[in-house]
Amino acid sequence: MASISAALLDLKRLDQLASGTTFLHRLDARAKVLATLVFIVCVVSFDRYQISPLIPFLIFPAFLIAVGELPTRYLLGKVALVAPFAIAVGICNPYFDRQLLLQLGALRVTGGWLSFASIVLRTGLTVGAVFTLTALTGFPAICRALQRLGMPRPFALQLMFLYRYLFVLAEEGGRAAKARELRCFGRKGSGLKSYASLLGHLLLRTWQRAERMHMSMLARGFSGTFPEQVKARLRFADVAFLSIWVFLCIALRLSNVTHSVGALFTGLLP
Amino acid sequence: MHMADALLSPAVGGIMWAVSAGTIALGSAQLRREQDDRQASLMGVLGAFLFAAQMINFSIPGTGSSGHLGGGLLLAVLLGPSASFLTIASVLVVQALFFADGGLLALGCNIFNLGVIPSFLVYPFLYRVLSKGGISKGDRHLAEPVPGGAPGKWRETAAVMISALVAMQLGSLAVVLETGLSGISSLPLERFLLLMQPIHLAIGAVEGAVTVAILSFVRKARPELLRRAPAGNAWRSRFAVLLAFLVIALVTGGFLSQLASKNPDGLEWSLSKAGGKVAAPGAGEGVHGLLAQLQEKSAWFPDYAVKRAAPRPLPRGAGALPDAASAVPGVVGTILTLALVCVAGALLKKGKERVETPDA
Amino acid sequence: MSHHILEIDRLRHVYPDGTEALREVSIRIVHGESVAVIGANGAGKSTLLAHLNGHLLPTSGTVRVGHLPVGRDTLAEIRRTVGMVFHDPDDQLFMPTVYEDVAFGPMNLGLSGEDLERCVKDALRQVDALHLAGKPPYHLSAGEKRRVAIATVLSMSPDILVMDEPGNGLDPYARRQLINLLKDFKHSKIVTSHDLDLVLDLCERTVVLSGGEVRADGPTREIFQDEALLKECRLEKPLSMQGCPICGP
Repeated sequence: MASISAALLDLKRLDQLASGTTFLHRLDARAKVLATLVFIVCVVSFDRYQISPLIPFLIFPAFLIAVGELPTRYLLGKVALVAPFAIAVGICNPYFDRQLLLQLGALRVTGGWLSFASIVLRTGLTVGAVFTLTALTGFPAICRALQRLGMPRPFALQLMFLYRYLFVLAEEGGRAAKARELRCFGRKGSGLKSYASLLGHLLLRTWQRAERMHMSMLARGFSGTFPEQVKARLRFADVAFLSIWVFLCIALRLSNVTHSVGALFTGLLP
Repeated sequence: MHMADALLSPAVGGIMWAVSAGTIALGSAQLRREQDDRQASLMGVLGAFLFAAQMINFSIPGTGSSGHLGGGLLLAVLLGPSASFLTIASVLVVQALFFADGGLLALGCNIFNLGVIPSFLVYPFLYRVLSKGGISKGDRHLAEPVPGGAPGKWRETAAVMISALVAMQLGSLAVVLETGLSGISSLPLERFLLLMQPIHLAIGAVEGAVTVAILSFVRKARPELLRRAPAGNAWRSRFAVLLAFLVIALVTGGFLSQLASKNPDGLEWSLSKAGGKVAAPGAGEGVHGLLAQLQEKSAWFPDYAVKRAAPRPLPRGAGALPDAASAVPGVVGTILTLALVCVAGALLKKGKERVETPDA
Repeated sequence: MSHHILEIDRLRHVYPDGTEALREVSIRIVHGESVAVIGANGAGKSTLLAHLNGHLLPTSGTVRVGHLPVGRDTLAEIRRTVGMVFHDPDDQLFMPTVYEDVAFGPMNLGLSGEDLERCVKDALRQVDALHLAGKPPYHLSAGEKRRVAIATVLSMSPDILVMDEPGNGLDPYARRQLINLLKDFKHSKIVTSHDLDLVLDLCERTVVLSGGEVRADGPTREIFQDEALLKECRLEKPLSMQGCPICGP
């Protein structure tokens, strides 16, 4: 099945980006997670008809992508692929909200179109922020950061195990799906019956794997508790990054830079 | 059915984050108490299994479309409430970070809709009652697995189907409510509801059928696996507390967002209260009371478009239509800032490359 | 003095479903020996291995490691002494990075700080995988995974290495690399494998299991000469001992 191996490749690619060595990659994951959260909260806290004040926020992903040496086109493509749900709901706005909010010469812009554009922009910003975070930090580091920020240990462990076996299971499932696909012609044979039995087998094999893993853990002295992580302290660079970031986010939230730039520009014209 | 950041307001997103985080803490504490050292590896690989399973499709006869497993109910039956909840939540975290299904702020909503609902509401309160039928009143007896007490085939099938349908309906209802309360989308509540619920009736039926099929497969192949799930009765009482907390949180949230909406803007309003300085360039543009708006929309829903188009005064607080003169700086500024951002990004990238190339 | 480091005495195992997987198996292995356990599928190899570190307990009979009988109360000590390398490295490598995985065992044994680091690095160096330390297991090749899996066990400095199909799924180069690596180890080794050429290279002694019983136990070369025995146990002479069909015998 193309989709499962494609998704896996995509996952691996994003994961490998995290092995970069730039300044941003080396920052403490906690600083990056918190900065991303602040950024997202600031973006979504705008009123739904706002577009122009959201634009300056683009500087954040642009900065991260440039300094973190991330592949721009790849990330943009990923962002474009994502969030069909938000767009699907957003596209209804122009239909339901026909209140006239803006008039530019002959062009009359309704509230619905404004809020739709705002939703699209928000999607781009929030999704882009998440991808850059993942690409700059890597999943295991994000997990550890969340754990140090108070996420309960069993859940942190669960995330870690899940991530480790995603690759194994996705490959296994992908192989099984392919084997089925090769033997069903057209839509025949790809129905619920074969699906349930395929997943059932996969489930049982997964369960057996869990038993073997447990055995291998016991063989190495596992007694029910996992060893604690080594604690790292936040360095000056981490704190500085986070403070500057938060300050800028809030500043951009409170002042409409776009308007000022526009006013300045139009003011300069004769 | 993933909720998305772009449709969420910070208040709703924050509340749902708090609820989901609280549930994760409770679930983790519960697992620690159970002290089953097999659990960690089992949950880990089953999460990975769920992830893989969601990527494999099957064709639904007669419709031309295809479906896949959601897996919430299946895991609850196999693992019991706490373990299945944490497993689903972990899958959602990975999906949020790598595929941006939803997003970070919406993660709280998604964990609630797809994790808390099947694991902590539907499984203990519905599935176990339905599948055990007669003895459901004596909760205590259920805590120990009844030897050989597997439910009859039809009863089991019915229990799974009904539970899957209810879980999906509740999940989509939650999406509608979260979207509505956030007020970013203008879709009227009941239109959205009319759109979402029937779709999720179909999705729920598919989910139920798949779950039934997989469970009966497991029951034939390795029946002992189905007997190990803890009953989750301890959860009922604990969950009642959580539920109360949730209701309080929602009421508070609703109250706050209503309060905020009467003012120029939630965040600005609270900041101006705190700092005494109002910096609200965008405040002139229309801001609507979220709840009030929802109510009003539902009240004159049928001829909504007609009334809206009529030249009536703009509702509450919406500023007068900005004339071209004041709109131009906004538009020009947007284009300029966009250009500035692009240039800055390109320059940073170029600068980076230049720093690296000299030694080449 | 030959002190028996591993002694299996009339070991019998019956699974809960009634299958008798092992009947009256007795094997003695002395210090520094390298022993192959071979047999057809279902001959009882995996069941036997699972007894060596107490994952399964005997239905009757005993397994002794050093002076200790394998039982519930000796498990911790036994598991440190007997290092088990699993059939599928993916089952064994469950931590986010190679380093953490190799550190898992020693940390459970109570090591920390510099001792831990030295121990992990030593183990990785022994399998020539120090450069992989920071990598996540899913980015490794099959040969690398196998070597790291061995390192996870070496880091606990076991006396006995038990390996289930170590050459499985490796390309010829990685397989040869592994054989050379294992040859250098001074540990006692117990290996199960269907790759009889690997057995020939690695183990001076071979035990043939069939239907849960020991059919033969002796020097590897002698056993592989006995074609009747091999055939009866659904085995075949290793390729390197068969005459070349092209150049003639």
